[in-house]
Formats: sequence, C-alpha cells, structure tokens
Amino acid sequence: MKILYFAWLRERVGLAEEDVTLPAHITDIAGLITWQRDRGPGFAAAFAPGGQVRCAVDQEFAGHDTSIAGAREVAFFPPVTGG
Amino acid sequence: MSSTIMRRILVQTADFDTGAQLACLEARPGVGGIASFVGTVRGQTGGKTLTALTLEHYPGMTERALTGIAQQAEARWPLLGCIIIHRVGTLPPGARIVLAAAASAHRQAALEATGFLIDWLKTNAPFWKREDFTDHTTNWVEARAADHEAASRW
Repeated sequence: MKILYFAWLRERVGLAEEDVTLPAHITDIAGLITWQRDRGPGFAAAFAPGGQVRCAVDQEFAGHDTSIAGAREVAFFPPVTGG
Repeated sequence: MSSTIMRRILVQTADFDTGAQLACLEARPGVGGIASFVGTVRGQTGGKTLTALTLEHYPGMTERALTGIAQQAEARWPLLGCIIIHRVGTLPPGARIVLAAAASAHRQAALEATGFLIDWLKTNAPFWKREDFTDHTTNWVEARAADHEAASRW
C-alpha cells in the first residue's frame, strides 16, 4: 500500500510517500496510526496522541474508523487550510 | 439542461486573469448575474511580516475534491457556470491565491453559490499553507474554527 504525507506531517516523518506492507492485523486507520507511532521519533511526533492528524483513503477524506482493506493509497495530513 | 453549465476547475502555479475568467461566465447564454471571490496573500499576520506563502496540495485528490464541491453547488443553485482556480507553489504577498465564481440568471443564486464554493473549499479540499516570515521563521497555518462554522451554515 502507498502512504502519502503532507505539510508538517511530511516534515516530521521525513517522507513524502512510501510503499509499505502492513501486518495483517491492521485493518483500519486507527490501527495504522498506532502502528506508525512505533516507527521512530519522527513518526511518534507526527502521530502523537491528541494530534490533529487527518487522512484520506483512496483520495477520499476518511475518519479514523475507516477500513483500509483493499485500499491502494492512504494519505495523512493536518487539517486543510486552502482558499 | 445540465449540459449547458460551464464548469472550470484549475489547480496551477500560474497566475490567472480575473477579468478574463469572469468574461467567460458573462458570455454564457441566459446569464444575468456573476459573483466572484478572489483570495490574496496577506503581507502581515499575527504582527509579523510575510516574505512568502507556500501552498501545498494533494495532486489527484485536489481536482476530485474541487469537482465535488462544484457539483454540490450546481445541485443546490440554478447555475449556468462556475469557476474554481486555486494556485499552488510559493507566492509573494499580494499575489492572487484563489478565484471562486458563479453565474446564474439572477444575483441571489450567484452570490450564495460563490459563498458556498469558497467556504467549502477552505474546509473540504486538500490544500495546506506555510508562511515564511522576514524574521526567518516559518509556520504551517492552522485551521480556524470560524472556517468550519462558515462551511456548516450551508
């Protein structure tokens, strides 16, 4: 699965995108976020509890309870600030 | 008659000509009113002076999200045309960032649809702003509760 990072999340994890193979027990966004926290200090800072992480699954905004089964692309980012 | 609606969605680094864009809406048959909003880069914020504003976005998703917002506007108001142009990349103070415009037979639909387009764009499209200041600090702009309140009134 492809994971994308934007804005300060991209800066904290030090990656714009990556391809990952997830453990089978991770089935939703909440599980994926918990998994991300153990991947190093940058990830821990980016995905710290109480943070403002938003996400999209296959380019649609998604809540943390959204399933990632079959998803091709997940993106993590701060609340949007366009306009 | 949805086939007669003009819809223009652009995400680009280049500037846009507001007058030329609105003229495209004026030229549509049946149009009697055009409303527009242009957002520009503020040179001062929080008592600090800006050197540049950088707009990041999510290529692919951005266009989908903006198209979805335009479709919502077309479903809610009797529009004859709408335009959303949003710039990305690094912009100086005073630069145009965004144009939202709507055309209809009468003013009320055009004015309301334009308000909807810009309010929803601010809360439902994947753009992020980073400010660079003259004191060499940078800041990712935080989402404002007032923007969500503005979007929720529609």
